[in-house]
Amino acid sequence: MSGTSRPKPLPAREAVDEYFIENRHRVLDVAAFLDRLDRSGGDWRSDYRMEALVRAIAVLAEPGAGRAQRIQMIFSDPTVEPKPKLDQKAARGAWDPASEKGA
Amino acid sequence: MDYIEMHAHMVSRTTDDYTQMALMGCAAITEPAFWAGWDRSTADGFDDYFRQLTEFEPKRAARFGIQHYTWLCLNPKEGEERDLARAVVQRIPKYLDHANVLGIGEIGLNRVTRNEIETFKDHVALALEHNQMILIHTPHLEDKHKGTRAIIQALQSFPNMDPARVSIDHAEEHTIEMILDNGFWTGLTLYPQTKVSVARAVDIIEMHGADRVYVDSACDWGHSVPAAVPQFVMEMRRRGHADALARKIVWDNPITFLGQCPKFKPPVSAHAV
Repeated sequence: MSGTSRPKPLPAREAVDEYFIENRHRVLDVAAFLDRLDRSGGDWRSDYRMEALVRAIAVLAEPGAGRAQRIQMIFSDPTVEPKPKLDQKAARGAWDPASEKGA
Repeated sequence: MDYIEMHAHMVSRTTDDYTQMALMGCAAITEPAFWAGWDRSTADGFDDYFRQLTEFEPKRAARFGIQHYTWLCLNPKEGEERDLARAVVQRIPKYLDHANVLGIGEIGLNRVTRNEIETFKDHVALALEHNQMILIHTPHLEDKHKGTRAIIQALQSFPNMDPARVSIDHAEEHTIEMILDNGFWTGLTLYPQTKVSVARAVDIIEMHGADRVYVDSACDWGHSVPAAVPQFVMEMRRRGHADALARKIVWDNPITFLGQCPKFKPPVSAHAV
């Protein structure tokens, strides 16, 4: 097979029939995670990762395609300049705006 | 369905994994040099690792009828240490004539630092000097978009760099367009959490097509799944896509890309579509 044609997705009704249950499960898992944080009594909303996650969750309810890409960009480092030196070995999943102030 | 595993760190996998991969139809593996989970302290340590990749691992894979190829480098996770990087880069040429060495990789960036970029450029220069193909690691998570952009800019600063001989791996929804639009090959890495799921990989294929794209498991010592490529094929079937399309992604495309290296011998498929 060759060429640049793009394969078509499943028709919407078929996709809902096939994938609804597993995505219902995923949404409930996220809801339970937020409930768990609330039950902990701590301030989780000011954590930069959770701020990004809450913004990402809002994108889920937006109309139109491209949600995955928009959420990727919410978590991404928007800066252009290289870091002057290595700050940490591993990525943490969301960009920390405060990290730029100390650079 | 037979497949080619384009990215697997078999030095950290068990013999049972080789058995399962062979049973699932894996005919060939390409294994990039990577970070061991801790920093090596000397260039001598890399010599031992390169010998493992070029001498020991091919024999281990052959016991299961799997061809084993490799890519050599100092991994981006260690790219900050410029003195070590220079010493390792100097040692790589003596391994390039090994029968299973396809090129330089997986080079790239980790946290997108100035030193990492210089180490990356050293490796690109080495590859071009020796007419080697290149396999590139893009950073994880929040660093991926910025790092992929920086990698493409650095590559394009080399006038004799041919993007058709370079694969920029670990693409996701927000990076695949810039990779393909600039003429490079790309891989979608199927990870349980930190890269793309099989469902998202099929979504990306549906949105961007299947040209110059393959999938891989990048199975290593962390959370990863050696069966990820066959799972992708199952997801393609679940969506109603033809086996010929899945085969293009897991077999034909890898052979087309890797076939640019004369040392790559296309395996024979027992299940041609």
